[in-house]
Amino acid sequence: MMERVRRLVQVVFTFLTNGYWAFPFSRNIYQGPLKAICSPGLNCYSCPASTTYCPIGAIQQLMAGLRMSLEMGQLYLGWYVVGSIGVLGGLFGRMVCGWLCPFGMIQELLHRIPGRKFDAIPGLLRYLKFAVLALMVVALPLFAVDEFGAGDPWFCKYLCPAGTLEAGIPMILLQPDLRHTLGWLYVNKIFFLVLFVVWSVFANRPFCRTTCPLGAFYGLFSRVKMVRLSLDEERCTECRACHQVCPMGVRFNENPVDTNCITCLRCQKACPYGAIHLEAGGVRLGARQSRPAQAQSS
Amino acid sequence: MRKSTIIVLALFAALFLAGISAGEPERVLDQAIRICLSCIGIG
Repeated sequence: MMERVRRLVQVVFTFLTNGYWAFPFSRNIYQGPLKAICSPGLNCYSCPASTTYCPIGAIQQLMAGLRMSLEMGQLYLGWYVVGSIGVLGGLFGRMVCGWLCPFGMIQELLHRIPGRKFDAIPGLLRYLKFAVLALMVVALPLFAVDEFGAGDPWFCKYLCPAGTLEAGIPMILLQPDLRHTLGWLYVNKIFFLVLFVVWSVFANRPFCRTTCPLGAFYGLFSRVKMVRLSLDEERCTECRACHQVCPMGVRFNENPVDTNCITCLRCQKACPYGAIHLEAGGVRLGARQSRPAQAQSS
Repeated sequence: MRKSTIIVLALFAALFLAGISAGEPERVLDQAIRICLSCIGIG
């Protein structure tokens, strides 16, 4: 039941953040005032249907143009963008990834393709996303600048598979004039898209687990976020049922504040002892599950 | 609610408001309504 609710929320948010369906006629992206509103998930603002801005794209553009705007006396330090995702992070943390991110939903759907699965991802790779955030989103756009003091949006330009899928391919189809400009940069972007699409068929959410800088940012709030899953240690029998169902490879009973937890609630449903519950601001949500006889006797 | 949650939310809400007062939404809008060629692998 809850999984269906989550899927419905994912679909609704995908359409809310990509609600401009006049693009086949205008052959251009949406250019209205809603584009000043932050998309909670990774959603390229050059996608023709996109109605909001992507926070990761916006931060890079602000960092890349920081010197120029300071020279013009404008103090655009990214406070509006960081404030937007910071409030979302403080409220929900990576629950945003599990419930509101269109690219997260796409990866989940790809993983439903039948076949052998290899869900294990090397432990060190889970820290890659923090390096991507620090280097490709902040440091390189800010410090690797040309003679005019302008930087590049490194993550968008060289890596982001969501941008290639949602914007790169559709814009090439919509604007044939752009096709003659295609080169190795586009090939590189297609390579990363294919890599993560194929990987998603075999492993659950590989981009979210290893590379997504927005997921890394939201993960920083795992200890302070308002809505969170909580473990009742008295009820937990360490049966590891939560390990088996987690799409992010989290061992919830060992680390309830894991930065990879997307609060999808699968572990809560799978726990036979009612040891995992959702809480908001310290208040338990939902009825307290009765303790099974096995847990009472143990 | 935890004190740390309240502090974090207040801090980022203050950043958000500071960004608005500095005129950042207009700057963000100005970027977001243009096709970012390098973002889609062209520029």
